[in-house]
Amino acid sequence: MILCWLLFVPFIGGLLCWQLESRHAPAQAPRWIALLTMLLVVGLALWLWLTGDYSLAGGAVGDAPNWAHQIRLPWIDRFGISFHLALDGLSLIMIMLTGFLGVLAVVCSWREITNRIGFFHLNLLWIIGGVVGVFLAVDLFLFFFFWEMMLVPMYFLIALWGHSGSKGNTRIGAAIKFFIYTQASGLLMLVSILGLVFAHYSQTGTFTFDYMVLRETPLTGTIAYVLMLGFFIAFAVKLPVVPLHGWLPDAHAQAPTAGSVDLAGILLKTAAYGMLRFAIPLFPEASAQFAPVAMALGLIGIYYGALLAFSQTDVKRLIACSSISHMGFVLIGIYSGTLLALQGVIVQMVAHAFSAAGLFIISGQIYERIHTRDMRQMGGLFGRMGALPGFALVFVMASLGMPGTGNFIGEFLILFGAFDTVPWVVVAASGGLVMAAIYSLVLMHRVYWGTPKSEASLGGLDPREYSMMLLLLVLTLWLGLFPNTVLDISHTAMTEVTDWFAVAPLPSR
Amino acid sequence: MTDFSTQMLALAPLLILCATVVGVMLSIAVHRHHFTAATMTVVGLNAALLSLLGVLQVTPIQVTPLFIIDDYSLLFGAIVLVASLACTTLAHAYLDTLPDRREEFYILLLCSAGGALALIASRHFASLFIGLELLSVPLYGMVAYAYRDRISLEAGLKYMVLSGAASAFLLFGMALLYAASGSLEYAGLVDTLAGDAASPWLLVGVGMMVVALAFKLSLVPFHIWTPDVYEGAPGPVSAFLATVSKVAVFALLLRFFTLAPPAANGWLLTLMGVIAMASMLVGNLLALRQRNVKRLLGYSSIAHLGYLMTAIVAGGSFGIETVGIYLATYVATTLGAFGVVTLVSSPYSGTDAGALHHYRGLFWRRPYLATVFTIMMLSLAGIPMTAGFLGKFYVIAIAVQSGLWWLVGGIVLGSAIGLYYYLRMMVILFLDEPGESRRDAVSGWGQQSGGIMVLLLALAVIFFGIYPQPLISLVCAAGMAGG
Repeated sequence: MILCWLLFVPFIGGLLCWQLESRHAPAQAPRWIALLTMLLVVGLALWLWLTGDYSLAGGAVGDAPNWAHQIRLPWIDRFGISFHLALDGLSLIMIMLTGFLGVLAVVCSWREITNRIGFFHLNLLWIIGGVVGVFLAVDLFLFFFFWEMMLVPMYFLIALWGHSGSKGNTRIGAAIKFFIYTQASGLLMLVSILGLVFAHYSQTGTFTFDYMVLRETPLTGTIAYVLMLGFFIAFAVKLPVVPLHGWLPDAHAQAPTAGSVDLAGILLKTAAYGMLRFAIPLFPEASAQFAPVAMALGLIGIYYGALLAFSQTDVKRLIACSSISHMGFVLIGIYSGTLLALQGVIVQMVAHAFSAAGLFIISGQIYERIHTRDMRQMGGLFGRMGALPGFALVFVMASLGMPGTGNFIGEFLILFGAFDTVPWVVVAASGGLVMAAIYSLVLMHRVYWGTPKSEASLGGLDPREYSMMLLLLVLTLWLGLFPNTVLDISHTAMTEVTDWFAVAPLPSR
Repeated sequence: MTDFSTQMLALAPLLILCATVVGVMLSIAVHRHHFTAATMTVVGLNAALLSLLGVLQVTPIQVTPLFIIDDYSLLFGAIVLVASLACTTLAHAYLDTLPDRREEFYILLLCSAGGALALIASRHFASLFIGLELLSVPLYGMVAYAYRDRISLEAGLKYMVLSGAASAFLLFGMALLYAASGSLEYAGLVDTLAGDAASPWLLVGVGMMVVALAFKLSLVPFHIWTPDVYEGAPGPVSAFLATVSKVAVFALLLRFFTLAPPAANGWLLTLMGVIAMASMLVGNLLALRQRNVKRLLGYSSIAHLGYLMTAIVAGGSFGIETVGIYLATYVATTLGAFGVVTLVSSPYSGTDAGALHHYRGLFWRRPYLATVFTIMMLSLAGIPMTAGFLGKFYVIAIAVQSGLWWLVGGIVLGSAIGLYYYLRMMVILFLDEPGESRRDAVSGWGQQSGGIMVLLLALAVIFFGIYPQPLISLVCAAGMAGG
């Protein structure tokens, strides 16, 4: 039952925000409702963490999995679709992250969003609701349902509250691009899901969309490979993997701060989650076959993302492109298939969510003060904005993987874990760390150092901004110093994924 | 053989509609009154709808060689009647200020709905032709009903001329089929040709019929009339054209393809597949550049019928289920979309509010109306939580099941292109830039019958989007009787 609450609280809160606006309630009311809703989600997630036990010993492959909680209601009997939510360590981490970033998204738009506040929060909370649904659903139909559903509010967020770029209506262009990329690839996933379901149907004569049942479906080489590709492409667009990343810089650059935080912090993570939860366990054999390609794409992503980041002049685009680079590591980690690397993937995802959210919020705050995101018009901001540049320095260091921060742990575990199986990929990927250092320092240099444009102070951080930054900073460092907090929760779930990889007989057919 | 009264019961919906036509006509002769005519129409349609429950007791039953009343025809008959009802409620608010005679509109509408019912239940070329003409001929008048407005008249003429050409094709096709097989019943089309099912005359005959029906369904390459007619026709008529006429003709097409043996020919099915593919892509591509909502919806209907053709190519009982689900969701969505357009243009005051800029910022003026329109756009785009997703799910499912991978590709590609204009249309509702010329729904739209109908449709679209099981059960029960 608690899973239902976790899922429905954001939706209900969102509707409440919208209704409050049209009922002429005080302008701040939707913000407080949204904040309370998000805190409730975080509270529920924390309660689940504190009361649940996520370190159950994993059984052999094919055993009933260790869902800590699950709920299952009949939904569409015609196709054996059920409303099946389940929670394990992996989902729990993602949901805690979602809730936490949701709070940040509400708080960081406190001053930025001034029109249509209620409708804005409706969209914001519905994104969160959709993402929570994605992390909880273990029925493939339900998963797809939420996967597509969360795009609509995100579209509105970018299209209506985004920043227009230089050429007229580009926020709408960016929003439509984002939507088409993700929806079209989503349809490919739907085709794959249906292919899998009909393959199962032809073998057993029953329709089911249940993840647990479908992953027992034995599939022959080619068809499994094609179906796996459908899933992979859908996730690759969202992650994003390089040839499919076209939407990301635009969407990030035009989105409002809260949108960027959600995009980088959570939406990208749904893709990695999808690979870990669905693409690999459903098609272990085909995934193992595909792994070299995926890792090559990851490598390309690391370097290409870094190069793109280096050449940007827009702060938010730079951060967005750096995400491409970071997600390249995640992709390598996922497809290397060793426990250590997979654990590293989890840490990397959480840490990247924190550092990217921090950097996006900071660029939002700079924008509020000097009304530009163009780095050529910045420079010398250090000392003119109170503590903000200091925080920026920390998050930039985190982003380049400085020891002591969570990002270091993540990247280190991924590289260390993958070294056993694919040493040369790791060697090549390590070069990406140097690139990360270059573009991160360039960011620091162009924005905060150099000759100031003027000496006037731009105003320091108010308590709201200060506490957001401080919280993110503490979490980044905590993750860097005590990564076991996260690793313990995800251990079982990752062991399972490793097992799926291990049983996949290597290409023989 | 069943007795006369049972047969009459089976035809009850059609008879009730015809009686209503006569009734409305007489009432106009006695006293011309808009509200009376509309009320009689609504009562007649509701009575026909209720009578379907009675008919359910006697199905399946063959009534004369012309009609077969089975659960299949009841399902699509119900969709037609509900859609006609919706169009009537829309028309009432719309026509209220038409500076002309308003009451005859309802006679035309009822005749057309009757034609649709006959078409759906037909199993014989005679009833096919009569039904199709009864459906189409009143439509010429309806499309041109606001004839003082030039584009309405133009649309009516255009539709009439092209429709006439299509009828000629249909008759020619039927004549060829009769010459080759000696039968006018769908199921008897091979009897005389000893084992030679692929006789070229049969194929050409079926091909010509397909051309005529594809014209009515506005499938590519017979779609040229669609945007002009949709744009020119008064709002409620566009809604009628996009729903009732499409449902009836598609239901017939599916029955024909299921029953008539020559239709199982592989060559013919490939042709249907090509038409489907072309409709998906061309419809969506042409919609991209449109600046008029009604034209946009016209192109979008081309694409949607293209998706649906997949079910004909695939066939089988799953095909019937797919068509039922898709048409039900498509009708609800299209009615909602045209309903909003009509409400914004009601009461009649010259050309309908079709241009995109009329809708700019509608959300901030009429939040619920714009929400309804948003839901309809999302449903047309096939986004989860709306009924349109269910339809798309079915179509992709049947294409995957039958291994029609190229059509799967077409659906995915078409949907991706389609998203662009649905989203653009949707976001315009939310933009706020003052200084544009606006048209608006009257302030009490939510209390009018048309407004209530549109709100109910939106609720239905959301409800069946989230919990489709009742709809699926209903459609699954509606099997087609053989022969």
